[in-house]
Amino acid sequence: MSVQPILTAGIDPATADATWHLDDYVRRGGYAALRKILAENITPEAVINEVKKSSLRGRGGAGFPSGLKWSFMPRVYAGAKYLCCNSDEGEPGTFKDRDLLRYNPHQVIEGMAIAAYAMGTERGYNYIHGEVWELYSRFEEALAEARAAGLIGQNILGSAFSFELFAHHGYGAYICGEETALLDSIEGKKGQPRYKPPFPASFGLYGKPTTINNTETFAAVPWIIINGGEKYLELGKANNGGTKLFSVSGHVVRPGNYEVPMGLPFAELLKMAGGMRGGRKLKACIPGGSSAPVLPAEIVMDCTMDYDSIAKAGSMLGSGAVIVMDESTCMVRALERLSYFYFEESCGQCTPCREGTGWLYRVVHRIEHGQGRQDDLDLLNSVTDNIMGRTICALGDAASLPVRSFIKHFKSEFEYHIEHKKCLVPPEVQREGSKIYVRPSQC
Amino acid sequence: MLDIEIDGKALQVAEGSTIIDAAHQLGTYIPHFCYHKKLSIAANCRMCLVQVEKAPKPMPACATPVTNGMKVQTHSEQAVKAQKGVMEFLLINHPLDCPICDQGGECLLQDLAVGYGASASRYQEEKRVVVNKNLGPLVATDMTRCINCTRCVRFTQEIAGLMELGQAYRGEHAEIMSFIGQTVDSELSGNIIDLCPVGALTSKPFRFSARTWELSRRKSVSPHDGLGSPLIVQTKHDKVMRVLPLENEDINECWLSDKDRFSYEALNSPERLTRPMLKHGGQWIEVEWQQALDYVAHAFKDIAKNHGAAALGALLSPHATLEELHLGQKLMRGLDCGNVDFRLRQSDFSLDGKRQGAPWLGMRIAEISSLDRVLVVGSFLRKDHPLIAHRLRQISKRGAQVSLIHSADEDQLLKVFAKAIALPSQLPQLLAQVVKCSALAKGAAVDASIAAVTVTPAAQQIAESLLSATHGAIFLGNFAQQHAQAAVLQALAQQLANITGARFGFLGEAANSVGGYVAKALPGEQGLNAAQMLATPRHGYLILNAEAELDCADPQQAMAALKQAATVVVMSPFKLPGALDYADVLLPVSPFSETSGSFVNTEGRVQSFSAVVRPLGETRPAWKVLRVLGNLMQLPGFDQDSSEDVRAEVLGLAAPEFVADRLSNLIGEVTISVTASTGDLERVADVPGYFADALVRRAPSLQKARDAAPPALRMNAATMQRCGVSAGQAVRVKQGVGTALLAALLDAGLPDGAVRISAAHPQVAGLAGMHGAITVEAL
Repeated sequence: MSVQPILTAGIDPATADATWHLDDYVRRGGYAALRKILAENITPEAVINEVKKSSLRGRGGAGFPSGLKWSFMPRVYAGAKYLCCNSDEGEPGTFKDRDLLRYNPHQVIEGMAIAAYAMGTERGYNYIHGEVWELYSRFEEALAEARAAGLIGQNILGSAFSFELFAHHGYGAYICGEETALLDSIEGKKGQPRYKPPFPASFGLYGKPTTINNTETFAAVPWIIINGGEKYLELGKANNGGTKLFSVSGHVVRPGNYEVPMGLPFAELLKMAGGMRGGRKLKACIPGGSSAPVLPAEIVMDCTMDYDSIAKAGSMLGSGAVIVMDESTCMVRALERLSYFYFEESCGQCTPCREGTGWLYRVVHRIEHGQGRQDDLDLLNSVTDNIMGRTICALGDAASLPVRSFIKHFKSEFEYHIEHKKCLVPPEVQREGSKIYVRPSQC
Repeated sequence: MLDIEIDGKALQVAEGSTIIDAAHQLGTYIPHFCYHKKLSIAANCRMCLVQVEKAPKPMPACATPVTNGMKVQTHSEQAVKAQKGVMEFLLINHPLDCPICDQGGECLLQDLAVGYGASASRYQEEKRVVVNKNLGPLVATDMTRCINCTRCVRFTQEIAGLMELGQAYRGEHAEIMSFIGQTVDSELSGNIIDLCPVGALTSKPFRFSARTWELSRRKSVSPHDGLGSPLIVQTKHDKVMRVLPLENEDINECWLSDKDRFSYEALNSPERLTRPMLKHGGQWIEVEWQQALDYVAHAFKDIAKNHGAAALGALLSPHATLEELHLGQKLMRGLDCGNVDFRLRQSDFSLDGKRQGAPWLGMRIAEISSLDRVLVVGSFLRKDHPLIAHRLRQISKRGAQVSLIHSADEDQLLKVFAKAIALPSQLPQLLAQVVKCSALAKGAAVDASIAAVTVTPAAQQIAESLLSATHGAIFLGNFAQQHAQAAVLQALAQQLANITGARFGFLGEAANSVGGYVAKALPGEQGLNAAQMLATPRHGYLILNAEAELDCADPQQAMAALKQAATVVVMSPFKLPGALDYADVLLPVSPFSETSGSFVNTEGRVQSFSAVVRPLGETRPAWKVLRVLGNLMQLPGFDQDSSEDVRAEVLGLAAPEFVADRLSNLIGEVTISVTASTGDLERVADVPGYFADALVRRAPSLQKARDAAPPALRMNAATMQRCGVSAGQAVRVKQGVGTALLAALLDAGLPDGAVRISAAHPQVAGLAGMHGAITVEAL
């Protein structure tokens, strides 16, 4: 399968850190889409239709069709409407938006301006993860360039269309990546998800209609406008249009971001990343960020990298963070780390998640440390049952899915741990594999 | 209307209802913690999860809007499993220390755990411990018990108007806390104790003193502000242990001000007077009732015989019951003395004889909630009338325009549309501006004195707001009623109401501010009013329930008059320190908790109550004492057998719910004079909530609150400069012959030339009136 990059087109990794400026972007064909819309007076409806045709789906994790989302915004509304870009990339394993903002910020700005045009919003915010300050300052610089060139602000390129865009940085809470918590955070409140309904399209930022999309989603928009929705769809496969950035990490030779067409076989992606490190055997893969259920090697090797195939296999494409684990990995230890993350990042608002994530972590921690009990696996499943579907936002599910999938696919490892008070994977193998010292007492 | 079926029962509910609203309509109980009918929906406890047909997962009943044809199961397997799952989560980190928890027996978590909890916990790990917070003298914390329902957080933000509590930290580490180093100082703070569904927030004064099931619950009525909040007084062994709100949507809703809630501590104060006392040769001796009453009867009859009945005077408290006020005035009138008054803090009596009825709110309290334009004149609103301020806060959030005219700009924690601040002497002028402006717009005629004023933009704004009213109202607060030109203010407000079509009323200062008028505890044709009785000293005084040096408009004058009097009889539940000096007889009479009686609140509602405990020691209900005094003085008409008999004399046999026919804010002709400022410094005095009556002054926990800080001298920067004073400096203030030493504080909310010194505190009892000229010198 040939690989035609869209998001990273024309960017040479060697010089990428110097070619993010406005003139570089324009040289790569940037802002042509925005100019085209304004010059040809393309109607907002036509823009939304093009995005619908492209089958572009939300790249933040949920995979919701973007064109459909845009069409939810009330067309006629007296008062402000808002557009937000979710660059609060907090999902463990995900680092794609970081590179987009670092190497191609103008693409995101252009995508947002087009989206703003399509939805009739005059004000936007890009909410950037608090722990990547340099991206925030770079985005501010890029905004200044765009503003100076009349690409953002009042009467863009001399048209009647005005759009002000601001950068807003968070402080590193994972939950602020949840779209309504993000809105609360922008409003200056503690970032906590809101109960839905009402949805942001009717009651969003400051109570006004708001659309929130992921950075990568916006970045794909200019290409769609220039080349047409059908072309974009053709790049991928049916219902899974275009290309996608995958953040491949873990036990591969060349971890990094790879832009590939949707529907690429997992095996191909693994090959692009240089294959398994040290020639070891693939044991498992989390295909869509830490919240996605883990898939064992034999299942994931048969998958193609698109929403539908991964879903069919029992996991989620999520944010496209592919975490690869080889045979040196102790799955109990891996889960313990994941569970700790959700325990620390639960916002504490609603009961099942606040109380349940700590419970999950403590039990997994106990198993890993040789204190497991016979009924612990049933207990874990039962606790996840009580969390899933009972919470305000999806973090409860995100904390539960790894637990359930790890136990489902690697039950014998957990049982071995409980019975023998040590790892099924010998400590020296783990040490060799991870190159991280594992205390023998922990194994 | 929407059709919905809950547990197979069909009903119709209004658009916008939630499932829990619909269930309540049906009488179906859905377990919940975070939901509260008066607070915003948080949907965070997840206890109210129910099964909704076609929904893939259980839905929170509190937050799910009803859709047409919805079918809900509240007790299906899916719903109960979800509810039990949530209960398990709530309990895993809860300390389950019910045996030592004050909430035990009245704990929502405990109650629901019986229905939804398991008998043993599957949680074998370490439990969370949360450090307690200091929220001030009223609310105790045991934060480990907290289930993070955020009711308290939402209360401070939405009802009390200031976010004094919040949830800090994340996840399992989440804690409810105040801002660092701060306490919860709202005048409504005690309500978070009621709201807390667990034992995390409990009453500091009450904690560890009794179990809820040991307490008797008796109905009563708050004796403090004009609202007359209905109370549940909880007693044990004839002692008041705690006070809770008795819900009444038309009065207090489900809230109580801290004053109403915590003043009960004074009922058990060591300062209680428990035996009658006589001053004999300069020494106080305890005597029998008979002896004390004989002494009073003879002393008063002697004075009447030797000096004429007009040499007597009665100062009755507006916090006394209707029955007490009635018998008090009847006793004096029986002696042929018309010198009776209960309006102790009033200074302008020029409307006496011109009123057509008792001045009142001018509407029902509940009607405040449907106003869209309000002007409040001369009120320390939030502290004087906490729950009326709350009602105004709620309507201002819904878009009503609330404007203020006052002599001090304070944060009322509500959205104020427009405000005009001026020296007390300039308030009539300010109000005249609004009248003029409205009159111009409506083409109404006004007096020359009003037409002469220059209209400021703020007055213009207020006038325009009132002119656009559908349901407008103008209220005069305590400050306006105590004002030296109260009659002019009232006449102007009345005129403004007539022009703009707004309604007009008074925010009643005390529990019986209306009742005093109804009981005619007022000077007759020849009688002297409260100020005159003190300005032209009498030979004998009867004082009921008041502390003259703190409760009178001019404490200096009051002390001088009482000290020279031959006989001063003080009827009070307390051994008043001032009275020990000037009184000759102290008669221990019951506070509201130990007597039956009635209060007529600011909306004219008659609320009768019974005693909740037996009188302490030799204390007797004041109405009985007055009745016996009547007998001893051989006056006719003192043969009532019960307080109901007394009430019947005033209100008829079947006491009405409202004394509508006695109420009227209409007045006769008033000459309106609008004067310019003399340029002198003027005193602005509030009566701090926790010093407003004898009861609250003796409630130890309230006295530890921030609002009970001793009085200071407040001025704006310009006035400070003019007086050569700097902030923090000690200053001597002089008013009349008296002085007080106070610390100077900067207060940018005061107009130039205003010196704000609170009244009703022993430290400033040496000063003269609450208004007027005052001098300040730096020390």
